[in-house]
Amino acid sequence: MTIRIAAETPWYELFSRGARDWLRHNQKVRSAVRESLPELLSGDDVISKPTNRTVLVPVKVLEHARLRLLEPASQQGAGQGKGEAGDVLRRAREEGPDANAGGTANGELRFVLEMKIDEIVDWLWEELKLPDLQPKRAETMEQPDYEREGWDKRGARSRLDRRRTMKEAVKRRAVQENSASIINEDLRFRQLVKRPTPSTKAVVIFALDVSGSMDEGQRRVAKQFFFFALQGLRRQYAKVEVAFIAHAAEAWEFEESQFFQASSSGGTVSSCAFELAAELLRGRYDAGRYNQYLFYASDGENAAEDRARSASALRTLGETVNYAGYVETGGVATFRPRDTQLTELFREMQAQGLPVGMSALGSQDDVWRALREFFGSRQDEPARAVR
Amino acid sequence: MNPLAQYAEGLERQARLRGLDYYPVDFEIAPQSLMTEIAVYGLPVRMPHWSFGVRYIHQLVRQSMGNSKIFEVMFPGDPCRAFLMDSNSLAENALVTAHVLGHADFAKNNQLFARFHEMSGGNIVEQAAAHALRIQRAINEVGVERVEAVLDAALALESHVDVSGELHRQRYPEFVAERKRIDKGAFHKRFSSLPGESEPQEAPTGQLRTAIPPHPEYDLLWFIAHYAPDLEPWERDIFLMVRAESLYFYPVFACQIMNEGWASYWHARLLREADFLPQPTYLEALKAHSDVVRPFAAGEQTALAVNPYHLGFTIWERIVERDGLARALEVRRDEDDFGFIRNWLDRELAEESGLLVYEESGDGEIRVASRDLAAVREAILAPKFNYGAPRVAALAVAADGSLDLAHDHAADGRGLDAARAREVLGYMRRIWRRAVRLQTADERGDKIELAA
Repeated sequence: MTIRIAAETPWYELFSRGARDWLRHNQKVRSAVRESLPELLSGDDVISKPTNRTVLVPVKVLEHARLRLLEPASQQGAGQGKGEAGDVLRRAREEGPDANAGGTANGELRFVLEMKIDEIVDWLWEELKLPDLQPKRAETMEQPDYEREGWDKRGARSRLDRRRTMKEAVKRRAVQENSASIINEDLRFRQLVKRPTPSTKAVVIFALDVSGSMDEGQRRVAKQFFFFALQGLRRQYAKVEVAFIAHAAEAWEFEESQFFQASSSGGTVSSCAFELAAELLRGRYDAGRYNQYLFYASDGENAAEDRARSASALRTLGETVNYAGYVETGGVATFRPRDTQLTELFREMQAQGLPVGMSALGSQDDVWRALREFFGSRQDEPARAVR
Repeated sequence: MNPLAQYAEGLERQARLRGLDYYPVDFEIAPQSLMTEIAVYGLPVRMPHWSFGVRYIHQLVRQSMGNSKIFEVMFPGDPCRAFLMDSNSLAENALVTAHVLGHADFAKNNQLFARFHEMSGGNIVEQAAAHALRIQRAINEVGVERVEAVLDAALALESHVDVSGELHRQRYPEFVAERKRIDKGAFHKRFSSLPGESEPQEAPTGQLRTAIPPHPEYDLLWFIAHYAPDLEPWERDIFLMVRAESLYFYPVFACQIMNEGWASYWHARLLREADFLPQPTYLEALKAHSDVVRPFAAGEQTALAVNPYHLGFTIWERIVERDGLARALEVRRDEDDFGFIRNWLDRELAEESGLLVYEESGDGEIRVASRDLAAVREAILAPKFNYGAPRVAALAVAADGSLDLAHDHAADGRGLDAARAREVLGYMRRIWRRAVRLQTADERGDKIELAA
């Protein structure tokens, strides 16, 4: 019988198999979480603090399933102690709101995974595959830029390519004996050509109906949708500018901070928002330099007499923007006998082949379906129409 | 000389004198981190799998709450390997050393341990480390996802082995000699006995291929390893490794009460008779002993579990006292927990120990259900039947290669938890590579079929 002391086997402290397997478990949790992204980000708290760049996701520890018998109605077991048959050893749980606070009765472990919103949005956009967010084609862009292309033996001194020049000199000296180290023939200058490049700038106009018929919940859903639409566009373009328009019977441009607070009791005249958007796009965000996106959220009830004016304003927009999206809030939940006016308008534009889409936003859960419909592969699955 | 080594020598002398007989024991003093891992993995070095990570975290949580201290772990074998926690005091280590000698004696002499020792060769610690290495190589070769898929299935079925079978088991015979005559029934017999009727001559069937499986097969790990349609060699290897480790764990599982009780009996006795121990060390060790073998936590009056150390210790003390040490040595050779509890836990002992059966209803209320001896025995043994797993057998492999399993819900008393069963079927399907179906019963006892 020998007794060895741990100091003779110091490697025990060097690594932990338990920690290794726990990390692997966490990897699996992450990928499981990744599969349920929409549910993950549909909570209220995700958007309310846009400056907070991470979300804390409560997750359950994964269970490695085994075959087990059904939980019986009453569980029997062997114990030790005093008492006669029928004596109560532990009283029934108090039923109440806090009954399960601090973990469940069977000692199930929960932990919190911190995830970066950027990371989640990346995953999401990976999943959505984003075919529609293409910059405008180069020929339509008037933003020429100089690009390097090739070398020449003549040129401005500032464009001298020293490495290339030295290479030429080495090559020449390899075949000429006793020659000068560098001669004029060796010099190489970088050449530039003028070439239009696709713009990497984009502008997104978020227009929101704030008339009396839009309630708090509808606006919150619209806000969530806007937030994620913006996140997606930000991934695609180096520089994204955002403008906010709120309207009721009149339209105003807002700062982001006030945008979602804005409300009005007036009626709904959508055309004024479209006209203001067109004006902004014309004046501030020239179509030659900006990729233009418009997202409009409304409950769809527009004044009947505004129909013609809205239609023409929309058509003007539709011809310049990369994409215009319409989300109709309350659309899934409420029963409507027929399409709303705005749905009809957007559908007409879609029929004409203009780059528009629409989707219904009933609740937070619809945000992801809507994003998928707007940005997802629309080729194989046409955007679901608003009922 | 290290004082512990000195005590160990003395304790060993005592043990031999009392008739304990064991393979050499290799002691190692290990840090907390290794002890935690041994508790989690069941072996000092074992295959990687994420589910061990989950157990590891649970174990750390328990330890941080202070209600799980590991004094020692011993692995039976030749030599036995014992790990002592480095934070044990000298007195605790003296106690634990004596305790380990009790385990070592039990592991060499108990028939169940001896049979598994014979089959696996007594060096499972090394074998498990070799398994871990082979699995690591497989991970390097085919990637962690594929290896994990195999381990998901194999470890989920860990307890589904035939514990009465052999470790190295042959495949079914390829052919059966001839088809069994079908019993034709009474009508046919009478008809053929009519005048003018003669039994048509059946052509001899000759050799026939055995049905797979020829009988319901409960050794699922073995069955999948040998009969899964497109199993790769490294996948089979993993199934057989998990099976070998599972068979190794079985005697420990099936003799826990006896084995812990036996070791506790011997640490108490060896320390009591160890005149070389200084008095304060002995008192401290005695304190540790009473902490280990008490039925309830300090300050409690009842426990909703039976402490195997306490129960086993009490029964062994009674056996030695009443029937003598020689008889006790026979009992430790012949029984496992089933026989030990049913044959040796008598009414008197059960009453003295306050054993009871409790019942917990859905709302969390717990009542004493019974103090009847038979009920108490069965409640203690209930979690041990069939290696603690539901009885599930492979019934048949269909023509398309899909697998039919059946759960013996009549024997188990109720059906399977369907959600978990579906998940396990999902694990199996990835390995079997064909559909897998399982018959069981639902909450109302109606037959249902789950599939993946």
